[in-house]
Amino acid sequence: MQLLFERSHPGRGCTILPACDDINLDASLCRAQAPHLPQLSENEISRHYTELAKQTHGVNDGFYPLGSCTMKYNPKINEEIASLPGFTEIHPLQPEHTAQGCLEVLSLADKLFSEITGMDAMTFQPAAGAHGELTGLMLIKAYHQANGDHDRTKILVPDSAHGTNPASASMAGFQVVSIPSLPNGCVDTKALRQAADEHTAGLMLTNPNTVGLFDQNISEITSIVHQAGGLCYYDGANLNAIMGIVRPGDMGFDVVHLNLHKTFSTPHGGGGPGSGAVGCKEFLKPFLPSPTVCKDENGYHFCRNNPQSIGSVKEFYGNFLVVVRALTYVLTLGKEGIPEASSNAVLNCNYMMNHLKDLYDMAFDTGCMHEFVMTLEKLKKEKDVSAMDVAKALLDNGIHPPTMYFPLIVHEALMVEPTETEPREVLDHAIEVFRSIYQTAIEQPESLHEMPLHTPVRRLDEVGAARNPKLRFSFE
Amino acid sequence: MGSYVPSTLKEQKEMLESIGLSSIDELFAHIPDELKLKSELNIPSGKSEMEVSRTMKDIASHSHIFGTIFRGAGAYSHYIPSIVKSVVSKEEFVTAYTPYQAEISQGILQSIFEYQTMICELTGMDVSNASVYDGATAAAEAVNMCCERSRQVVFCSEAAHPDTISVIKTYCWAAGHELVLVPHKDGKTDWDSIASQLDKKTSACVYVQSPNFFGQLEEVEKAAELIHSVGGKLICGCNPIALGALKTPAEQGADIAVGEGQPLGMPLSFGGPYLGFMAATSAMMRKLPGRIVGETTDVDGKRAFVLTLQAREQHIRREKASSNICSNQALCAMTASVYLAAMGPEGLRRAALICYQNAHTLAEKLCCIPGIQLKYTGTFFHEFVTEQADSDRILSALEKEGILGGYPLENGDILWCATEKNTTEEIDKVVNIIRKELM
Repeated sequence: MQLLFERSHPGRGCTILPACDDINLDASLCRAQAPHLPQLSENEISRHYTELAKQTHGVNDGFYPLGSCTMKYNPKINEEIASLPGFTEIHPLQPEHTAQGCLEVLSLADKLFSEITGMDAMTFQPAAGAHGELTGLMLIKAYHQANGDHDRTKILVPDSAHGTNPASASMAGFQVVSIPSLPNGCVDTKALRQAADEHTAGLMLTNPNTVGLFDQNISEITSIVHQAGGLCYYDGANLNAIMGIVRPGDMGFDVVHLNLHKTFSTPHGGGGPGSGAVGCKEFLKPFLPSPTVCKDENGYHFCRNNPQSIGSVKEFYGNFLVVVRALTYVLTLGKEGIPEASSNAVLNCNYMMNHLKDLYDMAFDTGCMHEFVMTLEKLKKEKDVSAMDVAKALLDNGIHPPTMYFPLIVHEALMVEPTETEPREVLDHAIEVFRSIYQTAIEQPESLHEMPLHTPVRRLDEVGAARNPKLRFSFE
Repeated sequence: MGSYVPSTLKEQKEMLESIGLSSIDELFAHIPDELKLKSELNIPSGKSEMEVSRTMKDIASHSHIFGTIFRGAGAYSHYIPSIVKSVVSKEEFVTAYTPYQAEISQGILQSIFEYQTMICELTGMDVSNASVYDGATAAAEAVNMCCERSRQVVFCSEAAHPDTISVIKTYCWAAGHELVLVPHKDGKTDWDSIASQLDKKTSACVYVQSPNFFGQLEEVEKAAELIHSVGGKLICGCNPIALGALKTPAEQGADIAVGEGQPLGMPLSFGGPYLGFMAATSAMMRKLPGRIVGETTDVDGKRAFVLTLQAREQHIRREKASSNICSNQALCAMTASVYLAAMGPEGLRRAALICYQNAHTLAEKLCCIPGIQLKYTGTFFHEFVTEQADSDRILSALEKEGILGGYPLENGDILWCATEKNTTEEIDKVVNIIRKELM
């Protein structure tokens, strides 16, 4: 379809602002040429985006079992509450006594999310999961520095971890030490014991881990790191499996980040905004980003006098409206609904896995938590049908494919996360589709290389895109 | 309690039975008992939608909405065209994840490609990424792009937004880069003060924001010449509305342009979500952090868009990635695109000129009041600083009349902002209230 710029006609436009006097700005201040922005009537712009929307698959369009992304339904009340003028029209720097409602949101969210994670305090400044990781690692760094422990320069990261873990460690100025996983995807405690030493600043881990299994040795793992003098960081990407059942704080973790846009139902907006709230234990509280929120007899305040704070990691207080949505969600579910959500996420996942495992090889043949990983290695070898081929065949059936080729420790991986908000019929239909694709893979494997056939565009030349980058429309 | 789980207890039981289990507890049997919560979470019971709505509306009512705003300082009250909300509320856009599966994500991908084009047009730069978290992290990421093994000294203007300086400081501390703050003189960065510290081996970059925190236009070209003379890079922070009329970062010698995109259609929202935009010269393309969308074709030769240059990114490069960024501010980037499409070149220019005009009218009228004067002598865009004896009294008097006055700076000065939303009547009202108060 056409780009906005291709639809543009000189002289067209919308009348958003009144005409203004022509000011004689000194020419030395002015740009030589006006920017090429589209010139279109409102109708044309509106239809353009309606057409783009039709070429976009969201959770609202159908099943979206994208592993590790927790694509649950995004409740509409969250959107309505986040649009209240009492939240949207508040200036971040207006006097505190005139912004008490906003401060109350941050304070209440701090209390509730601390309890859910087993932590003592939260910051909502980080804008996304990776940003939360960076912030959490900075807390660890500041803590060691405050103790005069300057030789703790290494962060231990399992080889099954999300790519953001090592990238965040590197941005925080740490060296990354990769810890091998056991064949069952869990941490090799022997290897961990060898790696943990006086240079260890900390360990980054998610539990359930990236293959969807709960690491039963978690207490031993965190205590190995603690005994070596390091701290333990919990990547909250997989919290949807265990909310209200077991808490990172009780497993021995000192810092956690949450993906409010995964576990706590805030929408992902085609890539963001998210929120990577970070929680920590009491002893790390002095290092939290500034400002923090506190309350006294006169109401809520920002506390900016935090001499040990790592400083700011973002403008103002974070993606505030995302926190409003997540808070609305937690108040709706409450102490009963939180574990109910996790229980059903795990049930839906086990249900799907069990109805597929006679055909598809599972990477790990045990019960799963909220997501499971299958390996198409055999299908690839015997029939030349890859994880990618199966994923692309799903597209023709209106199902968003699972996460492909992750975790890296599983070959030809497809990682499926159904979430708790899908009814049984949707799961049954998806199971049927998966099974029929398998049959096709056995009987007519080459036909899968052609798929998808019915999507707005078909398989793309990704190599060409990277080799000869065309990253903007050219007006010449 | 409230719930979004469709399965009834009966259905859950049937599903469990179909996989050979009899209770939900069995799903969690492999988790060691001593780790499990012994009692319910200590949070309130869940509630119906109506009750939660009541609670949240009550909380929202505890803040005061100012009908008239003359405060900016990094968050600006601009007019938002009606079409913006209508477009960015479409459920397909709202509920999609990052467009990994290009075949069913062309809508998002094309909108990002259009956004990248508009950011390049605004800034005059060659390439833009798909967005980062906000203006401050955009600046900090840009600093990281410029630091190399030997070049690790970063020069940051002290007249930049305090949050931007603070974020750059935090990122530099973590990564081990050396940060030098460049002082300001008469509201503008004093570049002469660093001439002797610039070094051909160690200087990585200069960060300058123009208009700066005090609203003043900076001598960006001078900063560019200085840092380029030692082989470093110039990062220029800019205001996207000002770019409707004023010189682009590219025209002033920037290697990287960054900024806070909130003025492009995002409400104040107590500070977020906002939008960090980033654009650079082609030479720096492969150092850009985050998602980038490129044009390509599908197997039928049809034009299509896809996430590209992924070899820079964390999921491929892990600890060697150009940044850890994964989620960005995609929906905010779309907000900016729709805003810019609705404004068009003429509308954006109007916004810039009306901001300029209103701010200068406000400054002129305020300075007619005895005891109030402009602090700095340089050219400003839509923000300026005044000196006066009693800023608290002035701001309280305005607040009582429902007006959010300028932002009080620590030394008693006030940083004022006017946008296209402010009317002459509002400006006169502010002036009259202050006159009366100081009489």
